[in-house]
Order: sequence, then structure tokens, then C-alpha cells
Amino acid sequence: MSDRIQEKLSILADAAKYDVSCSSSGSDRKNTNKGLGNASNGICHAYTEDGRCVSLLKILLTNHCIFDCAYCVSRKSNDIKRAAFTVQEVVDLTINFYRRNYIEGLFLSSGIFSNADYTMERLIRVAKTLRTEHKFNGYIHLKTIPGASEELMKEAGLWADRLSINVEMPTKKSLALLAPDKKQEDMIKPMQFLKEAIIANKEEKRLFKKAPKFAPAGQSTQMVIGATPETDLEILYLANGFYKKMNMRRVYYSGYVPISNDNRLPAIGTPVPMIRENRLYQADWLLRFYGFNVNEIVDKKNPLLDMDIDPKLGWALRNLNMFPVDINKADYQLIMRIPGIGIQSAKKICDARKFGAVTWEHLKKFGIAVNRARYFINSNKEFETKDLQPMQIKQFILQESQSKYRPNFSPQTKLF
Amino acid sequence: MNTVVYDGSYEGLLSAVFEIYEYKINDACIVKKDEVNGSLFGAVHTVETNEEKSKRVYKKLKDKLTPNALSQLFKTFLSEEKNIENVLYRYIAYTLSSRVSVENNFSHPDVLMLQQTSRKVHREKHRMEAFVRFQLSKDGLYYSLIQPDFNVLPLISNHFEKRYADQRWLIYDSRRKYGLYYDLHKVEEISMQFSENMNDKNALKAIIDEKEELYQRLWQQYFSSVNIAARKNMKLHIQHMPKRYWRWLTEKKG
Repeated sequence: MSDRIQEKLSILADAAKYDVSCSSSGSDRKNTNKGLGNASNGICHAYTEDGRCVSLLKILLTNHCIFDCAYCVSRKSNDIKRAAFTVQEVVDLTINFYRRNYIEGLFLSSGIFSNADYTMERLIRVAKTLRTEHKFNGYIHLKTIPGASEELMKEAGLWADRLSINVEMPTKKSLALLAPDKKQEDMIKPMQFLKEAIIANKEEKRLFKKAPKFAPAGQSTQMVIGATPETDLEILYLANGFYKKMNMRRVYYSGYVPISNDNRLPAIGTPVPMIRENRLYQADWLLRFYGFNVNEIVDKKNPLLDMDIDPKLGWALRNLNMFPVDINKADYQLIMRIPGIGIQSAKKICDARKFGAVTWEHLKKFGIAVNRARYFINSNKEFETKDLQPMQIKQFILQESQSKYRPNFSPQTKLF
Repeated sequence: MNTVVYDGSYEGLLSAVFEIYEYKINDACIVKKDEVNGSLFGAVHTVETNEEKSKRVYKKLKDKLTPNALSQLFKTFLSEEKNIENVLYRYIAYTLSSRVSVENNFSHPDVLMLQQTSRKVHREKHRMEAFVRFQLSKDGLYYSLIQPDFNVLPLISNHFEKRYADQRWLIYDSRRKYGLYYDLHKVEEISMQFSENMNDKNALKAIIDEKEELYQRLWQQYFSSVNIAARKNMKLHIQHMPKRYWRWLTEKKG
């Protein structure tokens, strides 16, 4: 009996791991009923050997699937072991893992068996059982099955903290090529529905404090990167649209891990595009936290992110006319844009300068990335910049820095 | 230099600060009772921890500092770093001497030190909220042994009390030899004999719940199944989960 559970867990965790979302923050569910758990903090309880955070019990209810999406391990035509959990098994695993402080909650997705509504109903039943029978207030992230009815989505939002529908591919064309059973409208429509339901719930909560929560941690989505020929421009414009028009909390970028010999896809053994994925996340951060417009990061002339430097440095080098910045006078917004200075340091600078001039020595102690920032700052005579060209600055920075990706970009040929 | 000796508690430190002002002790150097070394020059003043005095200092600080800075002060104290008392004393003196709030003057070395040290302690607090692994005993107690870098039990108490309101739990710091025990009503600080081989497999057999081993095995299975081998990155793995914590983590014991 317990061996069978372990086997199911290994199959259904393995099949769920390509969904990269692990966030458990952004909700405000409190433990008011002297029940089990709360969802507010966002904690990574462990990290796997690939360095990714383990925050939620992320599993599929089943990996049986009627669809045949080329990029997915659970596709119908793939010859793999199939398994399915019962509702009770998922509930027991969640509660017992949670009580031992292994996890923040549950991330439940599923292959589509029978039809969308049938699958969605099962997912909802797990969440509802946890909330009602076990007074579970931990985090629940449910996948919305494309094509599920609006009534079911509404119910899902009542029990879950976050709902998500993966857009999967950055363009319709790629989706049609790789996921012939799916249409982009099938994903966009429910996103639109959820967006409106979340806004409506917020209004309702403003009027009636006791109105039930509806997906308090909002919705997120994910797209696969590097399986298809889209540029970063296409990817980031789509992401930006999700943030602006769908009120998405997060867009996740999942570097394609080759899992198939399908000739529509990169062959098995092709490296996972991890650097590109990392650059996309950096760009995503610039959009969400640094006040950048998407067209400042990529445009028609520069549709690809630099792989050897981060997008903020890339922007600065294209806009050297904005620099050097006087950190004792410039706006917080502009200080945040200086390469090597993050949000925390920018705040510190703006706080500290009220008491007196902030010097280069102070900056070093604040822990800013001196080797990058020095070319963009001009606060006192100690660090006047010469008239350097963007390429020169880039070379200087690359020479001095120890990027985790450095070996990939070393201009020197390796002899051994 | 005048040495001011206190008992090592936070109230004791605040009492010491009070007495430095009360007795107008110049050039004071605060030292923990059990860290006093024999070769002391100058006068020695020993402070009795006094609730009244510590409360008065605390109240004064509360008037002058934001809740955030007040909590930074306490977190920095819990770092137990060498000579931290004197950083705190100078920070308090600086705060009290200024009419305007100085807590954001990061160009001041003590203010920056406090901000940076409290951040390290806060990180350890967050780590313990993540890395505590409970094991269920036969009598229904969820217990966990930890050895945090800093003395963070006072900081995590509230988190665990709120989260695990419906289960009895015990978190024991085996380096500092005390723990937190929650009895379904309130959390208490306890000290007890909790030998380290309680974490040893054979010793455990006798006292753990019959399902405990199963869930540990399932968790280990889950942990290895969600890993993507094609993305292996041990450097990042270790950076997030430093090796010194592994002996307390179910998934790394395997």
C-alpha cells in the first residue's frame, strides 16, 4: 500500500516538475479558526539539486491525458508509466507534509482525463476537502484546466489562493505547431474571466469585509522558452501584456528541457537555455519592480536580450547620455536604474543622503556592485568617468566580473 | 575604560544602558557576565537586571524609533556577535542624543552595522521557519531539533504558534540548550535534557509514531522526483541550503 503511494508520488511529482511556479506568497489567508496553517509568508522549505525552490507539494492528480502536446512529458503518445491519485491520497499527503513543516501548501495540476470539467471538478474537490474538512489554511495553487466551465472556475477561486492557466507558447503559431489540441483563446478567455472575477471580489470585499476570498494571490501563467523560434521581444511583449491587461501576479519562463525525439523540437541532449531564462527573469523584474517600460528593454532594433550582460546594464549602455548620475541629487527612480545598484541600495542612498553627502566609501559599505556602478556615477571628484564608449565599458566590466556564466562567453579559446 | 558587566539578557543590556546614564559612567565597555576576563583595567560596574530600568529605556526607544528599528535592535542583540553590546549601546546613545530620527543614517557606521547585522539574523530566522522539520512522536508531539547560527527562537515563536495552532509542537535549540513548547494554548520557553542522539535513527524508533517513517520516506521521494537532472546546479543548491543544515533536514538524510 505505502509502496504504491510512493510510486505514484514519484511519477506524478516527476510529471509536474516542469511547471516552474513555486511561489507561495501574496496571499493573506490567516489561521483564524484554530485550524492548520496560514498562507502569507512565502517560504522555500528546501532546494533541489538544480537549485530550484521547493515551497509547495507540486503534483499532478493524474498524468493520463487526452491531449498530445509535443513539449509535454504526459502527452498521450508518450510511452510512460501512468498513475492517478485519489482525492483522499492528495489530501493526506498535503496535511502530513504540512504538519511536518516540509511545505507551504499544495500546487495541484492534472493531465486532462475524460474532459475538462470532469478533471477540474476533481481538483476542486481536493481543495474543498482540505479547506472544509481539515480546516487547512495553507496555500493552495490550482491549475485551471483549459475549457473548464465558468461555474467551476468560480468555485475553484473560492478554495484556492492562486489559479493559473499556462499560455504554454509565446505565439499562436507555435502553439498550433506543438499543441494541436489547444487554442490560445482557450487560455486567454479563462484568464479574462478570472481577472474580472478577482476585481469583482476586491470590490465586494471593500463593501462587505466578510465576503469570501476569491483567489487572493491572483493568477499567474507560464510559457516555454527555447522550444520555438520566438525572440525575446515577442516573449517580453506578451508578458508585459499579461501584467498590464490581465493583472497577472507572475509570468514564469520555463527553459525547455528536451524530453522528446519529436523533430519539431530541440533534440534530446540540447542544453536547457538557462542563461536566456535567467535574462528573461531579470527583464521581468525590471518591468515589475524597477519601473522600466518593455520597449526600453527590447525593441525592433534589439529584439534579443544580451546574453553576456544583464538587461539593466544593457539598457544603461544604450543610454549613456543619461549618465553619469549624481547619487546625492538624482531621483530614486533614476538611482534604481544605475547598474550595480538594486532597490535596497537605492533606498539606502536616498535615506542616507538626507544626513550628508553619500561618498564612494559609503557605497562600498552598502554593498553595491562597485565594479559595475563606477562607470555610471558621478557624485564627487573621486570617481569621474572618462569618455568611454559603451563597448569599452562592457569589456571592462566583463573582465572584472565573475559571472556565473563567464566560461560560456570567454573570448579566449580553451586549449585544454 | 570602565567595564560594565551584565547577565547576557536583553533586559540586562537595557538595564546596563540605564545605569551607564544613571551613574554617569564614562568610556563604558559592556561585557557579558561569563565573558569577563581577569585582566581588567579600570573600574568594574556590575549591573543587576532590573525590570523597571529596562522598561524605561525601552519606552524611551519606542518613542524615538520606528517599530522596524526597534526590532532591528533586538535582532542585532540576538546575533550574539562579539562586542555587539557596545554597538547597540553606541546606537542607543546616538539615538537618544539626536532630536531627529537617525535610524536611516546609513553613513553612520553603527547604524549601518545594526542594519546589516539585523538582516543576517533575520535571514537566519527565515531559514529556521523554512528548515524546521517536525517528527511526530507516539504521544502526538511534533518535535524538531535545530542549531541556528544565531539565537532566533524568540523570533520564530509567533510564526509557529500561528501556523500550527492545532498540534502540539516542540522546537529545541540543541546548541543553546533551550526550546519552545506549544501545548495547544500557549508557547513556553523550556530547558530540558534533550540528548543529540534523539535524532539518531535507532533511538528514534522507540518513540516515533508508526507513520512517521513512511512520511519521511515519501518526502525524500518527492524531493528527489522534483529535481530536474538536466538543470543540475549544485553550487546554487548549496548556496540556498548550506551544508551545515543538512544533518537536520529529512530530505538530506536519506
